[in-house]
Amino acid sequence: MTQSRYSLTIAGLVALVAVLFLASLLTGPAAMGAGQSLAALFGRGDEMLVLIMRELRLPRAILGLFVGAALGMSGAVMQGFLRNPLAEPGLIGTSASASLGAVLAIHTGLSAAWALALPVAALAGAALSVVLVLMLAGPRGGALALILAGIAISALAGACTSLVLNLSPNPFAANEIVFWMLGSLADRSMLHVWIAAPLMALGFAALWPTRRALEALTLGEDAAASVGVHMGRLRLMLIAGIAALIGGATAVAGSVGFVGLVVPHVLRRAVDASPARLVPASALGGAAVVLAADIAVRVIAPGRDLKLGVLTALVGAPFFLHLILKTRREGL
Amino acid sequence: MLELRALSFRRAGRVVLDGIDLRIGAGEFVGLLGPNGVGKTTLLRAALGLIPVQGHSSLAALPVHERARAAAYMPQGRQIAWPMPVEALVALGRIAHPRAAGLDDRAAIERAIAALHLEPLRHRRATELSGGEQARTLIARALAQETPLLIADEPIAGLDPAAQIEVMRLFRHLADQGRGVLASLHDLGLAARHCTRLILLGQGRIAADGPPETVLTAENLARIFGITAHLTHGPGGLLFQPLDTIPRD
Repeated sequence: MTQSRYSLTIAGLVALVAVLFLASLLTGPAAMGAGQSLAALFGRGDEMLVLIMRELRLPRAILGLFVGAALGMSGAVMQGFLRNPLAEPGLIGTSASASLGAVLAIHTGLSAAWALALPVAALAGAALSVVLVLMLAGPRGGALALILAGIAISALAGACTSLVLNLSPNPFAANEIVFWMLGSLADRSMLHVWIAAPLMALGFAALWPTRRALEALTLGEDAAASVGVHMGRLRLMLIAGIAALIGGATAVAGSVGFVGLVVPHVLRRAVDASPARLVPASALGGAAVVLAADIAVRVIAPGRDLKLGVLTALVGAPFFLHLILKTRREGL
Repeated sequence: MLELRALSFRRAGRVVLDGIDLRIGAGEFVGLLGPNGVGKTTLLRAALGLIPVQGHSSLAALPVHERARAAAYMPQGRQIAWPMPVEALVALGRIAHPRAAGLDDRAAIERAIAALHLEPLRHRRATELSGGEQARTLIARALAQETPLLIADEPIAGLDPAAQIEVMRLFRHLADQGRGVLASLHDLGLAARHCTRLILLGQGRIAADGPPETVLTAENLARIFGITAHLTHGPGGLLFQPLDTIPRD
């Protein structure tokens, strides 16, 4: 594929994300005109409007951008690393462990006492999973050991989450936990943005340089090593980067499913299957999907607090089925 | 270009390689021969430092990024994970040269594509090609790396006769230009005609090493492969035709 077609794809995705970001800023229960809203964002106009724009809608749109880009990027990296289109970022156990941390914070009442307790607990869970997965997967760079370790950790964290639900003192606590786990961007503040931002930067910095290695891995681990890929270092960067992105995303938004799996899959053809080019494309695609879904939950059922994670799974699963059928027809 | 000293490897307590000493210099096209399971692939991977072994390998001692500019490697398993265009796959060899100028990369890719006659296939998806076409693509990828030494594990398996001869000629041509090639092969006839040197591996040791005439002898063929063969000298060098197996007792 030509460089220009790739640039065009990226430019198109950037434009799409920009439009959706703007649309997200302009969507909400408060009836305001577009010009009025944007003026309020820059501190002009009614004080109430300024507050809504700056403290409610702006963080929500920024978090949609962050969470979507994190999911899309780590999905593309994971699929490239494992050379498998069914891989998703949750495979190394980060999202299940981060969820467990958050659930514990809700269960113990810490999250009610201190606003930061939930994201901090989620990040602690994610960090713990990284340590465990590195210990279990051993020193050499193989992918299989990593996946098995990730599956074991996910299963354990899932079981512990179920146990917490099982032991929850009253139905309201259980309800709160379940609702949190469904994933949402509603009622987030700039504080959440400041929690997520450094993690997003860290994850991005760790994953961006892995693109050449992912490209080389198309030919298998031996061939990649022979063109200069340091497999052990690659795996370390990958685990750290994905844990930062997914840990950060889960800490501020709960678990949002299917984006990390479907988005790289959809965009693969547009970048001629190049695992390296899929990384930025998928980050932008993920941001577009989450922003769109977060607009949709506000538009479809304004009064019902439809959860973001529910919508992405509802739309994502049939879409994925469609892709499977298409792949089958093409005999691939 | 490559020096191995007392290279040994055990897998699950079984000795696979037992004290291999080997030097490969510029201008040599070395054919690595031996029956299935004798350790040819293990030897190549050990030489590159892809598996932890005892002993010394000059390539394994290099840092990973320097090794990538010293030797290219075409593994036996022909993995192509994604439906990428042939041209993009060949370009993967250039990852070994992160600081090379774009024009140098371009030129190296074009040379590799031309050498393997991949021009008509360059925009096709590699996963949709036949096994032989994929093998040619992967050889081109290793060539595009433009290293002094090329290591290939069964590069001509699955190729049609014309492509096999062309690849063997290409490797010989690289050696004649002063580069080194180490390839494991099962076609003893092609190995006899095109290689400058053959190494016969038997039970984890080097059983014979030298020019084709001294390695492919009736005695070595019987001892290592358990076959009889018709060996004559023709116009282009040694001619080899396997005849029968020798019953093992």
